[in-house]
Amino acid sequence: MYGRKVKLRFFFILSAFLILVLSIALILKSLEENVVYFQSPSEIKEFLEVKKKKIRVGGMVKNDSISIKSEELEFIITDFKSEINVVYSGAIPNLFEEGKGVVAEGFLKDKNFFIATKILAKHDENYMPPEVKEALKEK
Amino acid sequence: MASLIGYYSLIIGLFCSLLTIFYSIKNFNDNNVIKKEVLFFTFLQFFFVIISFLGLIVSFIISDFSNETVFNHSHTTKPLFYKISGTWGNHEGSLLLWLLVLTLFIFLFLLKSNNQPKKYRILTLAFQQIIITGFFIFLIKTSSPFNYIFPIPSEGLGLNPILQDPALAIHPPILYLGYVGSSIIFSSALAATASGYISKDWAKHIKGWVLISWFFLTLGILLGSIWAYYELGWGGFWFWDPVENVSLMPWLALTTLLHCILALEKRSILTSWVIILSIATFTLSMCGTFLVRSGILNSVHTFANDPDRGLFILIFLFSLIFLSLFIFFYFHKNENKNFKFFLLSKETSILVNNWFMMYFLSVILVGTIYPIFLEVISSEKISVGPPFYTKLIVPFLIPFLFAMAIGPKLKWIKSEVQNKINLIIFLVISFLISFLILKNLNDNFLLNSILLTSAFYLFFITTKDFMIKKIQNFSQNLAHFGFSLLILSILLNNIFSTEVITNLKIGETFKSKNLSINFQSIDQKDEQNFKSLIGKFEINSSKDESIILKPELRIYNQPNIITSEADIKISLLKDRFITMNSVQNQNYFNIRYQVKPLMIWIWISVLLISFAGISSFIRKIYEN
Repeated sequence: MYGRKVKLRFFFILSAFLILVLSIALILKSLEENVVYFQSPSEIKEFLEVKKKKIRVGGMVKNDSISIKSEELEFIITDFKSEINVVYSGAIPNLFEEGKGVVAEGFLKDKNFFIATKILAKHDENYMPPEVKEALKEK
Repeated sequence: MASLIGYYSLIIGLFCSLLTIFYSIKNFNDNNVIKKEVLFFTFLQFFFVIISFLGLIVSFIISDFSNETVFNHSHTTKPLFYKISGTWGNHEGSLLLWLLVLTLFIFLFLLKSNNQPKKYRILTLAFQQIIITGFFIFLIKTSSPFNYIFPIPSEGLGLNPILQDPALAIHPPILYLGYVGSSIIFSSALAATASGYISKDWAKHIKGWVLISWFFLTLGILLGSIWAYYELGWGGFWFWDPVENVSLMPWLALTTLLHCILALEKRSILTSWVIILSIATFTLSMCGTFLVRSGILNSVHTFANDPDRGLFILIFLFSLIFLSLFIFFYFHKNENKNFKFFLLSKETSILVNNWFMMYFLSVILVGTIYPIFLEVISSEKISVGPPFYTKLIVPFLIPFLFAMAIGPKLKWIKSEVQNKINLIIFLVISFLISFLILKNLNDNFLLNSILLTSAFYLFFITTKDFMIKKIQNFSQNLAHFGFSLLILSILLNNIFSTEVITNLKIGETFKSKNLSINFQSIDQKDEQNFKSLIGKFEINSSKDESIILKPELRIYNQPNIITSEADIKISLLKDRFITMNSVQNQNYFNIRYQVKPLMIWIWISVLLISFAGISSFIRKIYEN
């Protein structure tokens, strides 16, 4: 009925379409699994339950809150409304200072306790991560 | 004075642009030669942009703080080299550099395209001038590098210290040569479509431009990556940071284009696809500029946070996309020639390459754009990290690498795989080697060993081709060989990297099973524009001889910033990398020690890949 060519072309378009749909589905699915949400300490206090998902917490490093031992570093992130205790062992970026903005990535132990796996580097002394700026503005 | 000259040169340059467009339109239907006026004004424009750029450089060298750009980004104590590189280390200056390269390239294009049809050349010039005019207006209106401030400050604010680095001084010009080179491909593809000149001849002619842009883009990305490795102190070479991704996307599009141009040149197929890729490459370059410059992405590249600028680029970008789509759909006739092609042929392998490249491109595009998109519509803030990219890209590298090994062996139209036994023997050898290397690895053994096998396979096949093949396919072979070396180094680097992070006081020693790090002392030194604290560490490991590493902390005077400088012991087999960092008001220093196998081979392989591009370009010139 149809020529070999038409069949071939139909087959080609169909498989191209299938591949396209599959790859989009794959991308969206892994996107859902791998995004990291950003939260301020106040937002964390309003959580109904503590999930085991990786998140980012941002705010100011509270004054006189840094204490360091040979294996780990402890400090407090505040948005001047709520606070959260952070324990961290790992590389510390240059511009990590008390009274300056910070973004920490890691997991919540409970609503007051955060285990950080990474502190994000900043590049410039005047620079404040926009997430932090906003989190502080909302207070 | 220099600023004034620079500013007026820019205005004259803009007028040259308008005059060139005017004369091109007038000249369009005349005779068969391009009028002298057109050439003259193009040259004049290039000349004035050079003057303007020199004006800015001079303002930086003499520290003329009446110029706002110089005031914001320079300082009298800065070394001369960084005063000059500071010229393009900021938003305004880097845009002037864009403009300089844009005008340089169109001038070169006019000189080098004498044997091409006149209509096509005029149209290319016109499209390029539209882009150039857009950039002139953008520069003069929203981000002039020559703004005057009064009263004149006595001292400047200084350049961000992490930008004061040799690799980063030449990174922007090289990268821009690649980005802006794609603008010629864009204009030329539109012109060829509009004048019905998409053909084998056009492919042959534009291939040189594709190669040269690709070479510079590859080199530019490499420089940025090397810089991030030693200066940001995280010891990696790629972080899947949005600003890195926006340079990788045009690279992927350009690489795909490079393969498709071959099909067009040899078989006049894939015409629409080539046009779309030419448009996409430049659009992605522009998109990159928009995302990086508008302040939407935060990074060391974000020089200014000015919504007007972002809006301008966005509108400009959309009008270019609209224009190019209009030209494509209005003028492009897809002549459905009755061409033959079989499943096992070079055409198929190029198509397979295309599919994979487009998949990688869309993964990166989604990962980069989605967080911005989500924030705009739901004000939810998210970030997409490396796991997303690794998960979606790495498994697909396996078939990609195999296709890369087999594809170039196939012939056009119809082909058969020769030397099947050879191919299978290589597969077995690759698998055995991978198995031996990884046999002690616990997690992800299956995926890693198959990946390593495919990388070794490509490695062996390209090496074998070097030995026996004639010089004919040298560039292609070298590029694929470089790529296999790159994947091999990245894989082994990823699997066998180790690191220790600890906090130490002076005199303390960190000890583990087979490693000890002794923090011996700290020295202080005064340099021209910073104070430096140099730590001395003795590293003893059970596998290697003991070494002394001296990482540095630099306290810059202006702006007042602390940066850490890694100390790296480089060898052919592995890099040993240490950084130290002070923690505010504490006696402890934060120490990070990393062993990174085969690091140097990552850089070498990318160099080989880019060298393949330039060697193909040279061969092309030589043949003509």
